[in-house]
Amino acid sequence: MTSTAIRSRNKRDAKSWLIVGILAVLIVVVFIISMNSGVIHLSPLDVIKSVFGHGTAQQNLILFEFRLPRILISIMVGAGLALSGCILQGITRNPLSDPGILGINAGAGLMVVLFVSFYQSNTAAPIFLLPVLALIGAFATAGLLLAMAYKRGEGVVPSRLVLVGIAIGSGISSAMIVLTIKLSPEQYQFVQTWLAGSIVGANWKYVIAVVPWLCVLVPYVLLKARTLNVLSLGEQLATGLGARTNRDRGLLVLAAVALAGVCVAVGGGISFVGLIGPHLARRLVGSKHQVLIPASALTGGLLLLAADTIGRVAIQPSSMPAGIVVAIIGAPYFLYLMTRMKKG
Amino acid sequence: MSMGESANSTAQPVTQLRSRPKVAGIIIFGGLIALVLAFIVSVSLGAANIKFLTVWEAVFRFNPDLTQHQIIRELRLPRVVMGGLVGAAFATSGAIMQGMTRNPLADPGLLGINAGAGFALALCFAFFPGMSFNQLVFMSFLGAAGGAILVFGIGSATRGGMSPARLALAGAAVVALLNAISEGIALRYRIGQELAFWYAGGVAGAKWGQLAYMWPWIAIGIVGALVISRQITMLSLGDDVAAGLGIRTGLIKIIGMVLVLMLAGSSVAAVGSISFIGLIVPHISRYLVGVHYRWIIPCSAVLGSLLLVVADIGARMVHRPYETPAAAIISIIGVPFFVFLIRRAKKEVI
Repeated sequence: MTSTAIRSRNKRDAKSWLIVGILAVLIVVVFIISMNSGVIHLSPLDVIKSVFGHGTAQQNLILFEFRLPRILISIMVGAGLALSGCILQGITRNPLSDPGILGINAGAGLMVVLFVSFYQSNTAAPIFLLPVLALIGAFATAGLLLAMAYKRGEGVVPSRLVLVGIAIGSGISSAMIVLTIKLSPEQYQFVQTWLAGSIVGANWKYVIAVVPWLCVLVPYVLLKARTLNVLSLGEQLATGLGARTNRDRGLLVLAAVALAGVCVAVGGGISFVGLIGPHLARRLVGSKHQVLIPASALTGGLLLLAADTIGRVAIQPSSMPAGIVVAIIGAPYFLYLMTRMKKG
Repeated sequence: MSMGESANSTAQPVTQLRSRPKVAGIIIFGGLIALVLAFIVSVSLGAANIKFLTVWEAVFRFNPDLTQHQIIRELRLPRVVMGGLVGAAFATSGAIMQGMTRNPLADPGLLGINAGAGFALALCFAFFPGMSFNQLVFMSFLGAAGGAILVFGIGSATRGGMSPARLALAGAAVVALLNAISEGIALRYRIGQELAFWYAGGVAGAKWGQLAYMWPWIAIGIVGALVISRQITMLSLGDDVAAGLGIRTGLIKIIGMVLVLMLAGSSVAAVGSISFIGLIVPHISRYLVGVHYRWIIPCSAVLGSLLLVVADIGARMVHRPYETPAAAIISIIGVPFFVFLIRRAKKEVI
């Protein structure tokens, strides 16, 4: 009896990991499509040739200096935001949690805008400063959010948390509008495209700025998968199962906020990836975090990469920011989830 | 308990509801005086400061050869009149919505009505360029209706029924969706410039021509709201109570909704989406004058005008000589107020 149960569990695990593998393959496929698409058309063969070092100078320039960093940023930002959403949804047990919807992305963005409006020089240093600044903004906003959503005797009610988050986000956006008015046209342009969630300007510096953070945060979250499983059962059960709930929860929230902040620093204001990614992943592989975490990250990366590619193809020669494409898919999904949520 | 009894027992408190007509009178009168002062300040301030005497002359002894008179007549006056009109319109529509739906978080900006109007405008600019302003107002009205139907439809499709917080959530998502599509259209058809005013939300570009088309809509909206104010008060006590008092609730709700769409739709066509006026002002009015909509509605109209005209003055002062959209200033005031309302709401309501 128990052996059949174990066998069926192993089977399910194997199936989940197979799905994770398929997601990874899909990312590679979209990666190649994305390398091909753009104003200057390159055939798949050209791309493969260039990758192995046999491309022309022009092909190399387009692929390695323009498209590749942009694609890598899309995947990393999508994965990071989806992970952040996955943690937040697990811990708050609130299906509508997403760093964008909760206003955390806006807080990170505000710091970037503040920095751009006060920093005048064009040296290279600031790009590496951006993640740090965005982190500060993200943490400050998350703190404010929790303080405003917490009510004695009731704790943090899911819908109140989301509403307060939306309010804080829109307040910060307004503050940004006020700040951006006095910017010079070039600065204004930068802030505007960046806010819309456009990865157009991505270059290798952005990639290098974000990689170290992800190298620390992602393994940490993976290590904590078991804790997330326990925490997502709810306060009482988690304590009963011996989790140091408050400490673990605090650290994981910090990780989620940090992930969101870092991703916003290079990707701009992108909402809804953190919402849809984990939900789709949960549908595919179930809610065991050991598989759910990599699946969420891959789904998020795939989503944002696809959105960026669609945005690039939809209107040529300019492009539609990925943030807009994601919102057009994500907002209806939010509504769908909301109608299924129970009251309170 | 029979119907008659229940009607009686609830009719009693209606007459005893907290109401302060005297305070309301003072607010309306004082508010109008303050509004006149704000008008004068608003007309004299700007990139070029103009003396009060010149303002007076421009209005009453207009001399077309003087540049300052031209600035006042063609730029400053329409702007301030527009601010007063749409401020009153947004506040009144918020008051109607809050009363009829008993939803403390109701506001045309937050519940997708403004976004629907903006979406319709984006479609018009992209596919039917060269529409007259009057046609735009009409399309904006239709878009506003579409936005409202979406939000209320999704809100009522929700498991466990419609709650104020649910509606606000649905509103936020619909706003995000419609704005994203509008932005996408703007980028695809390169109409960002025409739509920029709409994203920002401000009265800077107001023209007399727009005002000529708009004021009848807004006037009908506000007068209509006053006419059904008694019924709105009854509805604000609950549908059952209102029905018991002999109100045809369905009919009144439809009339009220049409008035809201007229007020919000025409305002958005002229100045873009300005949220939070319709949220804050009715709450303050209710706090000051009690629960009778006969007084809440006119007070909201006057205070809404005043808020937008003053916010527009502030918008010009923040980074002179640049213009900040007035909507941003109002949001910065409105957001803390919204958070306060959510914190105050009981867990069951959310």
